[in-house]
Amino acid sequence: MKASVIVFPGSNCDRDVKISLEKFGIKTSMVWHADAKLPKTDLVVLPGGFSYGDYLRCGSIASKSRIMKEVTAHSKKGGLVMGICNGFQVLVESQLLPGVLIRNINLKFICKNITVKVTNNKTNFTSKTSRNSVLEIPIAHNEGNYFANKDLINELEDNNQIVLQYCDTAGNINEQSNPNGSIKNIAGIINKKGNVFGLMPHPERASDELLGGMDGSIIFKSLK
Amino acid sequence: MKLQVIVTLKKDVLDPQGSAIKNSLSNMGFKNIESLRQGKTFEIIVNEKDEKVALSKAKDMCEKLLANLTIEDYSVKAIKE
Repeated sequence: MKASVIVFPGSNCDRDVKISLEKFGIKTSMVWHADAKLPKTDLVVLPGGFSYGDYLRCGSIASKSRIMKEVTAHSKKGGLVMGICNGFQVLVESQLLPGVLIRNINLKFICKNITVKVTNNKTNFTSKTSRNSVLEIPIAHNEGNYFANKDLINELEDNNQIVLQYCDTAGNINEQSNPNGSIKNIAGIINKKGNVFGLMPHPERASDELLGGMDGSIIFKSLK
Repeated sequence: MKLQVIVTLKKDVLDPQGSAIKNSLSNMGFKNIESLRQGKTFEIIVNEKDEKVALSKAKDMCEKLLANLTIEDYSVKAIKE
């Protein structure tokens, strides 16, 4: 498998993600946001960071960058796309994923380890996990509060598009285990077609024992 | 021509910043604030004499970039200098 990591001005998890992808055998190239062409690739990763300084709305300016036309075309052909943190924000601003990510309910930047439950393990991104397994992965964001209207939430649930939900260490999904106010404790969703995945937690920050955990590596191992 | 664009959160969208500002104002003694919502304004100067054309351009800008229509509404008007 080949991956491309898109580098926007202000991306800061791009190299971490490359190291993680390569650690699990995925050949990775870095692609600059102003490039007009994607190299031959199976997976596009939109990394975390603060693209364009998060001006206007997080991810909004990045979603209009030149390479995003190619990323959209890649996804329309069924190619895999994964957006982590700021990458997830870019995906909702590009309308490759539905809904929107707004300011955390406590108005604070949250940087800590949290636990998420894998509520859908039948995706290209979670296939090596078991259903309802609990993963400990760090989050680091100010705008991770997933919002969508009722109809859309119903649709996401009906189509099994909610992939990760914030939970406590025992796997209970409740208000206490919701760090940022996301509806239904949503931490990650997938599109209807199943090829575009966005998540707020950073699996690349939990893919090495030296960094204090390996739970994120299962996402990279699942990629196929 | 100078245009003013105002982008606000839709009514049913939670506005944590607006609530924090409202609470702060209340604590400062500004009582009886029923509701406070935060928004954004943009002042745009365009080289366009026809007001209709200028406004329709501004609407296009809102739909394509300035507002996220999932959660935000916008309004545009021309400002007479």
